[in-house]
Amino acid sequence: MPALTSILDLIGNTPLVDVSALSPNPAVRILAKLEGQNPGGSVKDRIALSMIEDAERNGRLVPGATLIEPSSGNTGIGMALVCRLKGYKLKIVLPGNVSIERRQLLELWQAEVIDTPANEGSNGAVRLAQQLASAHPEWTFLYQYGNPANPRAHFKGTGPEIWRDCPEITHFVAGLGTSGTLLGVGRFLKQANPRVQIWAVEPPTGESVEGLRNLDDGYIPPIFIDQGGVDLLDRKTVVGPRESIEWTRRLADQGIFAGISSGAALAGAVRCANSIDQGTVVFMSADGGWKYLSTGAWTDELDAVVDRAKRIIYF
Amino acid sequence: MVNFPEAPVPVVNLPNLLRQHAGGQRSVSVEGATIGEVLEALQAAYPAMSGQLITSEGQLHKFVNVYLNDDDVRYIDKLDTKVQAEDSVSILPAVAGGAA
Repeated sequence: MPALTSILDLIGNTPLVDVSALSPNPAVRILAKLEGQNPGGSVKDRIALSMIEDAERNGRLVPGATLIEPSSGNTGIGMALVCRLKGYKLKIVLPGNVSIERRQLLELWQAEVIDTPANEGSNGAVRLAQQLASAHPEWTFLYQYGNPANPRAHFKGTGPEIWRDCPEITHFVAGLGTSGTLLGVGRFLKQANPRVQIWAVEPPTGESVEGLRNLDDGYIPPIFIDQGGVDLLDRKTVVGPRESIEWTRRLADQGIFAGISSGAALAGAVRCANSIDQGTVVFMSADGGWKYLSTGAWTDELDAVVDRAKRIIYF
Repeated sequence: MVNFPEAPVPVVNLPNLLRQHAGGQRSVSVEGATIGEVLEALQAAYPAMSGQLITSEGQLHKFVNVYLNDDDVRYIDKLDTKVQAEDSVSILPAVAGGAA
């Protein structure tokens, strides 16, 4: 491999690793796409670079600009890395209940952290970022939930990589946050082979968010609506913290040190494997395990870890 | 005597937001053979929920996610999704989530 001129050149092109040893069905292969290999440590490096370079091209970002973004961590960390190298200032609106490591990484790359109440979850962070962005038109608000450069990063990068490395794929499973990964990869794979099924996995988030006064305070990412998410997805399934952590530990037994949402996605892949006769399931391992060491996810007693996980955003 | 109910009576788990309309109960049992019937029965039993689950056009409210066991019914057969007595139905509000 020739020497790279920038660490940003390492974003994307992540490996697929076969973890079929964990498949409940011997006729179904399961492969993990290891996004923890990105330089900022998660899949979100892809959209951070994509959204920022898109804004540079269309003139929304000028040298020395200040950006603001709501993030429960990974997008913020990816953006902090890119902004540090490109000379932008960054403010991240962060829910109070994220792991300490997420906050530390933001600080490491000199993002300013603006806290929102833990009990409002990501909803509260999105709301405050929207308010701050309209009060400060001089700041650039790339808005990952509504920015087509988010799914485009996956349509142009993640999706083609999976198809190149695993054209026998029958099912794709990923966590649902902004929905960018599922929309971009899903659209690409269905174009390549309309029979590929797209499964979304989500945490039981709605239950813990206390800031909601009524159902009209609900939120659906604009990109999900604009890009026909309901028609694209074939299945959406909830995976709770206990199952997520159990599968995160089983991944570690395979030598894969991944974050807790990877365990949730793997749990979804296992449900998928149980529901089909044969096939090849690719799931997204969105980040590495480093940012979750403080949660004791691998070593503490399971009930205690599950209890702790209920109080943080790990997805 | 053995009862043969006409429709299954699944357990419906309510989100915090709706419990106030059901006397604070976390879950209730209502009759229905499909998700649509279950939600209609829920709105009939607890009128304060009327219009909050199913719109006047007969669609699932856009900010309401309904799960049959673990699966979102929008990706099964929507309101026509079949329900068995042993199923659990969960209602959750749509919120921004994830490691975004």
